[in-house]
Amino acid sequence: MRHLLSIADLGTDGIEEVLRLTDSFVEVSERAIPKVPALRGKTVVSLFYEDSTRTRLSFETAARRLGADTMTFSVTTSSVKKGESVRDTVQTIEAMGVDALVVRHGSAGVPFQVARWGTSAVINAGDGWHEHPTQALLDCYTIRERLGSLEGRHIAIVGDIKHSRVARSNVLAFTALGAEVTLVAPPTLLPSSLEGWPVTVSHDLDDTIKSLDVAYLLRMQRERMTEALVPTLREYTAGYGLTVARAARLPDRAIVMHPGPMNRGVEIAPEVADAPNAVILDQVAHGVPVRMAVLFLLLGSGSEMFAASDRPADPAAVEEEVVRG
Amino acid sequence: MAERERRITPPYGGVFHARSRVMSPDDIQRALWRMAHEVIERNHGLDNVVLIGLQTGGVPLAGLLADDLRQIEDIELPLGTLDVAFYRDDIGLRPVLPEAVTDIPFDLSNKIVVLVDDVLFTGRTIRAALDALTDFGRPRSVQLAVMIDRGHRELPIRPDYVGKNLPTRRDEVVNVGPLGVELGETRK
Repeated sequence: MRHLLSIADLGTDGIEEVLRLTDSFVEVSERAIPKVPALRGKTVVSLFYEDSTRTRLSFETAARRLGADTMTFSVTTSSVKKGESVRDTVQTIEAMGVDALVVRHGSAGVPFQVARWGTSAVINAGDGWHEHPTQALLDCYTIRERLGSLEGRHIAIVGDIKHSRVARSNVLAFTALGAEVTLVAPPTLLPSSLEGWPVTVSHDLDDTIKSLDVAYLLRMQRERMTEALVPTLREYTAGYGLTVARAARLPDRAIVMHPGPMNRGVEIAPEVADAPNAVILDQVAHGVPVRMAVLFLLLGSGSEMFAASDRPADPAAVEEEVVRG
Repeated sequence: MAERERRITPPYGGVFHARSRVMSPDDIQRALWRMAHEVIERNHGLDNVVLIGLQTGGVPLAGLLADDLRQIEDIELPLGTLDVAFYRDDIGLRPVLPEAVTDIPFDLSNKIVVLVDDVLFTGRTIRAALDALTDFGRPRSVQLAVMIDRGHRELPIRPDYVGKNLPTRRDEVVNVGPLGVELGETRK
């Protein structure tokens, strides 16, 4: 595997390998000089067709802490405005010599296309409503750090499942690690078909909340409210928001998560977001080491699972350097 | 080292087959006891001395060395572990993944760092370790203790404390483990 396009590509073993390696990068991040030369000489380009603060900064910080160089491509200041196609843009950037492309796009599947066109490793940083694999990985890491393991844990993903790439990646990752996932949302905010999803569905947060280990709240995407999927935001909050009263009924061990950016007062009450059992800033903090692990596995480690099968290492070079201690 | 050596030597992750045993576990204990005295002698005591074991083979040896030093001088030395995977110069040439998380819970500035590893071979692991140490502070000096020096250096690096000098062929593998020190090769 030489790209990270979907959590499904990783499987349980792949997720475990990323999380294991993340431990090492958490230690690196805690040093006085939080930087290692593992990817010196590599170039990582972030290609963002959609706005993002935390994901782009997190990837670029991760790349720099591995000693790689970074380039940023943002749509507003580029030739895309002059009508350049994604394919031409990708090939132009690759012609400059890059090793990894971090791609975000408003349409599902664009990172898959980019991976087919190009020669560099492609990391999906969010494509439409489809997937956001590194978010799922950092969420798994955060849960594991707080609760020890995901095995047998009950996780509710609450809110706008339909438009959420985070929900799709997280369902795959959480269930791969043995968690039991319940989607909690009004019927209008669920995908039209949930066939094949290894989840249960509930429309009653008050009933679900009592047995939860993790309450994972999704952002209410106000910009999509034109579709009139919920009558008003206030009504949504009354039925599905994590209010102070609801949060009080969470089991003691339970944690509260949110991928950000939050709508305080809509899907999560401000007091709940700042409570000690909310791990929202931990999620952000783990973003950097998780993305370091992904970049290192794809570009440097030579891990068998992440081996670039269609890009074999020069066998002569390997033979020549046979034995090393 | 044996494990690291097996992992990064084709056939990757092969199985070690011992041909002969060159040191018994007791021999290792006796060598460590002598090396502990040499560390004290060289540094006129143990002021500012810290031990850092290299993952994975050097870690148990660093622990044993710390035990010996405690018995001799009645001092508990700071003990850390270091994994050099991210500093290796062969990243991209072969599988390079850390074995364990680095753990150096103390500042290295102005300390005398004794790096401990099981086998000294090309010297590239030690070069990577020296690189890594600079990210943790500026030690007053760095010394190197190894159980086996098997030769074939590719860099200007030499050990300060040696358990045993062992002439080897390049394609042989030295294994330091609970059974002592064995010489053999890896096979798939």
